[in-house]
Amino acid sequence: MSVVDEKWEPTVLAFCCHWCTYSGADLAGLNRMNYPANIRVLRVPCSGRVNPQYVLTAFNKGCDGVLVCGCHPGDCHYVSGNYYAKRRMMAFKRLLEYTGLEPERFQVRWISGSEAGKFRDTVVDFCEKVRALGPYTGGAVSLSEGLGAGAELGVGAELGVGAELPQGGDAQ
Amino acid sequence: MSRIGVFICHCGSNIAGTVDVARVVEAARSFPNVVVADDNKYTCSDPGQQSIKEAIVEYNLDRIVIASCSPRMHELTFRKMLKDTSINPYMLEIANIREQCSWVHKDIEAGTVKAIDLVKMATAKVDKDTPLFTTTIPINKRALVIGGGIAGMQAALDIADAGYPVTIVEAEPSLGGKMVMLDKTFPTMDCSACICTPKMADVGSHPNITVKTLSEVEQVSGYVGNFEVTIREKAKYVDYATCTGCGLCETKCPTKVASEFDQGLGQRKAIYKPFAQAVPSKPTIDAAHCRKLTSDKCGVCEKLCPTKAINFADEDKLTTETYGAIVVAIGYKLIDWGALYGEYGGGRYSDVISGLQFERLVNASGPTEGHITRPSDGTEPKTVAIIKCVGSRDPEKGRSYCSRACCMYGAKHAHQYLDKVPDGRCYVFYMDVRTPGKGYDEFYMNTQHDGAVYLRGRVSKIFEQGGKLICKGEDTLIGKQVEVAADMVVLETAMVPADAADRLGSMLGVTRDKDLWLSEAHPKLRPVETNSGGIYLAGTCQGPKDIPDSVAQASAAAMKVAILFSKDELESNAMIAGSDASLCNGCGACVNICPYSAITLEEVTRRENSRMVTRQVSRVNPGLCQGCGACTVACKPGAMDLKGFSDEQIMKEVEALCQW
Repeated sequence: MSVVDEKWEPTVLAFCCHWCTYSGADLAGLNRMNYPANIRVLRVPCSGRVNPQYVLTAFNKGCDGVLVCGCHPGDCHYVSGNYYAKRRMMAFKRLLEYTGLEPERFQVRWISGSEAGKFRDTVVDFCEKVRALGPYTGGAVSLSEGLGAGAELGVGAELGVGAELPQGGDAQ
Repeated sequence: MSRIGVFICHCGSNIAGTVDVARVVEAARSFPNVVVADDNKYTCSDPGQQSIKEAIVEYNLDRIVIASCSPRMHELTFRKMLKDTSINPYMLEIANIREQCSWVHKDIEAGTVKAIDLVKMATAKVDKDTPLFTTTIPINKRALVIGGGIAGMQAALDIADAGYPVTIVEAEPSLGGKMVMLDKTFPTMDCSACICTPKMADVGSHPNITVKTLSEVEQVSGYVGNFEVTIREKAKYVDYATCTGCGLCETKCPTKVASEFDQGLGQRKAIYKPFAQAVPSKPTIDAAHCRKLTSDKCGVCEKLCPTKAINFADEDKLTTETYGAIVVAIGYKLIDWGALYGEYGGGRYSDVISGLQFERLVNASGPTEGHITRPSDGTEPKTVAIIKCVGSRDPEKGRSYCSRACCMYGAKHAHQYLDKVPDGRCYVFYMDVRTPGKGYDEFYMNTQHDGAVYLRGRVSKIFEQGGKLICKGEDTLIGKQVEVAADMVVLETAMVPADAADRLGSMLGVTRDKDLWLSEAHPKLRPVETNSGGIYLAGTCQGPKDIPDSVAQASAAAMKVAILFSKDELESNAMIAGSDASLCNGCGACVNICPYSAITLEEVTRRENSRMVTRQVSRVNPGLCQGCGACTVACKPGAMDLKGFSDEQIMKEVEALCQW
């Protein structure tokens, strides 16, 4: 790990489903809860919408940690989207860890629209862990090396939008 | 090149208190394609909206970002505002700098930096926004009700009274379902037939209702407002148009079969009406038992029929019609206790009967004309044991849930027995007594005053000894083993989903829970809707219920149908998935993953590489797609994308956060 700049703040991206976690985050605001400002929430309709490629891109472009959050199993607004997310992300998380990514940097959490406290606790805990790990320096290089055929899989840094998506139906 | 306007809201001091709005405005001006950035005290107010509209004209904007409260709060407000402008309402992104920034961070520096990032992400996303349009879906104002029990009849009557045509599909030869088999209904003890049969007659004679008995739904396609439903009307071998229902055929038919309506305690003929008040009041031939149809002998009914209504050559009829809404009211069946509970005799003892059989025994028009007698020898039982929770609350052998109505009808059976056999003794084995409902607990107390002995404990075994049925169990209140020597045992068995639930559920795209009950869209706030638009649930198909609850839910479902039918057309969701035929390889992964069955593969002929190619590609039905995006991730060639949350938009947001 490189020497950490004292002013360094981790960049943490959270993909939150509109119906549960995003509204849970709104509720945390309504209750004036406090959590680290490092978190940036990206709203998606459903956790099943999160393509693993977004997570790869986030790490490649400089995020230090990525959260994927959705409704509790069984509560998905779209019936089964979070189950797809769960299976995809669990397989994908193992792949990321194989490439050398610290497990704490990528987490999947189920937070309902009423669980403002759980949202805050998750963010506090996650940001703390990512901060302790320091900046993510793996970047595209180690991902590509770890994957071997990373370039063909479309994991390279020059990856353009609309390129072939590496994770597909086999993850369901 | 897009022309973006960014508008930052102070929300009084709600945002401005922790976020330096001037700095955010300044930063926004430097983002690519941002033509104008401004702030406003209250953006959602009329003056706030007016200033945005003016800026749109002044700067010739083609899309805007509003940094304010959560999009869950005012996204619709601002979309409506854009309807009055030159900009498409979907060329808008909201940066949530209140609920997810100013309200949760105390540090102004950190809050401002985060707000700038959030605006940055929204700006990157809006840059890739495309105009989206809703389409309108016509609504066919005809309803289909599947199931003609009390719930189905109530729903059909309410919809028909609202002025819309209804078709009821009933699997049995008559309307009425389970309720019409019951003798009396708790807690008022009014005769079930007296309140159910008038409803059946109302349904049968309602000008807006078509009844199809002995029928089932064969196939369903389409979506809300436009369901194409194929109904199979099974052969009845009697022409209902000419049959007068005189019943002469029934009296002369030589074949006797155990009556389903009387739960096997009585007999019926091979040409039969299940019960006297059946609607339609016309007979049906049971092809499995009719001598003419099985061995080409007899045919006496045909010779006797004064209107020549018998037609042995009758065949199943398939009809396909269009409906705008479907109410599922297929009800329940009772758990097959014989197969599960060997310790209760598993059906070997004819005097161990189910609660529904008891209803027929005690009913004045039942096989014993209301005399409570033992099925084995016809004598009056002097001691009756009632066992509750047979199959309910028993995760090991039966179901884990409570069937809700059994405590009450158990008390009713005890009351009815003691009423008809005043010198009899009645023991009720129970786990708990659950009587939530108007007048329910009072009814239970009365039953105890009648003399019913309630014993808390499960019966572990029933065996025959000296002509008596010994019920061996424990009274857990005194902590002792008890044995009751009963003449007859009544098992209050669990309600389980009807056989058709699973097949029908998958046909309609309605999910089933772990016990195969059909699932409502939300257990609290959308109890009669399903996740499939235009399909509603009524009665026990959704879970165990008593009659009042079934009727209430049926009327609620009917109301939902009436609301749907009050409009001439529906507006579809604009933010739905769409497939690019030039990229789609027709693998069908999206078809399998879609929870709404909104995607189909269809053959297209298109010019590719200067040649005409015919191949399969996926197509999204805009009426069915709800915009979850599950298919987009499953799509290997990247042909499927979600409008409003496209791959490109989300990637740009990620890039903007990290690199701008």
